[in-house]
Amino acid sequence: MSTQAPAPAATRTYAAHSAPLWKRWLLTRETAVIVLTAAVVLYSIANVPNFDGPLTLKFLLQDIAPILLIALPMTLVIITGEIDLSVASIMGLSSVLLGVLHESGMSVPAAALLALLAGLACGALNGFLIAYVGLPSLAVTIGTLALFRGIAVGLLGTTAITDFTEKWSDLATGTIGETRIPLVMIPFAVLAVGFVVLLHFSTFGRGVYEIGLNDEAAHFTGVDVRRTKLILFVLSGVVSALAGIYFTLRYGSARGDNATGYELQVIAAVLLGGVSIFGGRGRLHGVLAGVVLIGVISSALRLESVTVNVTNVIVGLLLVASVILPSVLGWAGSRLPRKASAAPAGPRSDKDTATAGV
Amino acid sequence: MKFHKRRPTALAALALTATFAFAGCGGDDGGDGGSAGGSGGGELSITMLPKNLGNPYFDTSTDGAEAAAEEIGADLEEVGPETASPDAQVSYINTVAQQGQDALILSANDPDALCDAIDEARSADVKVVTFDADTNPECRDLFVNQATAEGIAAKQLELISEQIGGEGEIAILSAAANATNQNAWIEMMETELAENPDYANIELVDTVYGDDEDQKSFDQTEALLQNHPDLKGIISPTTVGIAAAARYLSDSEYKGKVALTGLGTPNQMREYVENGTVEAFALWNPEDLGALATYAAAALANGDISGEEGDTFEAGDLGEFTVDADGVVLLGEPFTFNADNIGDFDF
Repeated sequence: MSTQAPAPAATRTYAAHSAPLWKRWLLTRETAVIVLTAAVVLYSIANVPNFDGPLTLKFLLQDIAPILLIALPMTLVIITGEIDLSVASIMGLSSVLLGVLHESGMSVPAAALLALLAGLACGALNGFLIAYVGLPSLAVTIGTLALFRGIAVGLLGTTAITDFTEKWSDLATGTIGETRIPLVMIPFAVLAVGFVVLLHFSTFGRGVYEIGLNDEAAHFTGVDVRRTKLILFVLSGVVSALAGIYFTLRYGSARGDNATGYELQVIAAVLLGGVSIFGGRGRLHGVLAGVVLIGVISSALRLESVTVNVTNVIVGLLLVASVILPSVLGWAGSRLPRKASAAPAGPRSDKDTATAGV
Repeated sequence: MKFHKRRPTALAALALTATFAFAGCGGDDGGDGGSAGGSGGGELSITMLPKNLGNPYFDTSTDGAEAAAEEIGADLEEVGPETASPDAQVSYINTVAQQGQDALILSANDPDALCDAIDEARSADVKVVTFDADTNPECRDLFVNQATAEGIAAKQLELISEQIGGEGEIAILSAAANATNQNAWIEMMETELAENPDYANIELVDTVYGDDEDQKSFDQTEALLQNHPDLKGIISPTTVGIAAAARYLSDSEYKGKVALTGLGTPNQMREYVENGTVEAFALWNPEDLGALATYAAAALANGDISGEEGDTFEAGDLGEFTVDADGVVLLGEPFTFNADNIGDFDF
């Protein structure tokens, strides 16, 4: 769908198809997710007992912080048409490294720095295999998912390290001054601004979209496809390691199986936020709204004592619906008679389908 | 024209998705209205948080807890994650703090990792009772202990030693690699094996982890038997593990040749005891455990006891219990189930 859209645009004049600016800004997938999130929040405040309580916001943001963090690089990775399934294992590995190094006498910041470097190395390995060796990211990151998790569990065995310096774990669970905003939102906000600039306001970001739409075309227009992919996987590794450090300090426990399964939550939130799994489409504000939406639904349903299985069913259905509804509606729209008469550009659309199929 | 159509498509998607999400929330809201209202009244509100849901052992302890809650007149609800990990439990403990419940009964997936969350709940005046798996003593008010670790470790070695005739290779099929209970028992069994002359001819060759998942435990059993052809016996100190191992053994050539014992529930093990795969296994009654935890939580929340050593409280049919050192309440000795008595139990 998305690969088809720009082609006819090039052969028409801008005036022929450009919608008013407000429409292009507001009638989007991202707006839909944001409105839906706001609606669920308002509904929960009105109907879910204790949702408006003083602790909700703090716990909600603490719960979703690792997913918010990893969703940033994951969005860029998925927009290029790749995927990174190893993020949760990198979290686990950085968690274990932080624990092991701290136990051997290193201070928390020094151990955290080394854990971040390990995340960078993990990301670089992914990136190298995908971008320079040319292996498919799905296969590579399934492999490293097992590899990094295996190293993590192997390093720490069956034990957990729990004696972190109090002030650092307090930092992970603390809030900003008297507000209910957890401190972890500060590094997140900095990273979020960085990633928004990178994706939406830089040539690098334009390259990311181009790779997702057609990486060969991107290559011919001067985008360094390999380097871009390598950088994205490295970013993904580093940010995942950061999320792992936060996770460890928040729960005060470094364990090999920390954050198992988080990759699926991250990818679900990214897709729910309007990023196309086929690449080339998606924006960060939609993704962040997607993460918050899943967080709010889980939090509200927990307050209602709904079992986690029901929560998963609802989030899962929401995800499936968000992926298939636009396609179904697009298909339904194309069957309308008015649509048929609006296709004088017969030969051109033939060519489009042909190129889209390649 | 094509472009004009596409944008409204997004909106229509929103509308449909929204209806859908609200339908989900609304439906659940209606179903739970009753219990939410109940906690506002004079009744005690207690939340039961097992390690994970869908585990028959915890289903049974929750049955016991519900029966006890009914007798006391408390409002008890069970919540829990689907996988037994501490980070998943933290969200539920946080929720209990938000709801301001009177008491929380939980089986901890990690002794340390839950402490911050429990502290927050306790500062919101929630009384915290652990059962089955404890946290650090300073984190909670009381721990209802199903049996002493020494008692369990000794009982399982005694059973396996009887069944393999006192000599040969044995292995352990455990739950998650960092499960508090299982690791404590395994450590004690290892020490006992090394030190007790009765077990001098028994060698522990491997410990594997089935993560309390049926399929994984099944697969690990298969792997154990393939990796150790001389294996004489398996100890599985977890109900999910022993049932999966028994299922594997009863359909394999090893049935009756490789002994299996550990901790299991009669309903899960009945078939395998009756067909001769398993001779005997041990456990306490989780129903009594859940009930005792509920009585203890209610006594704390009502202010009848403070959790000090020497405090006594009544636990319905179970009798009177005394709080031991470190806020521990002991349920009793482990019990051996075999072909003669398994018919008397239904849990």
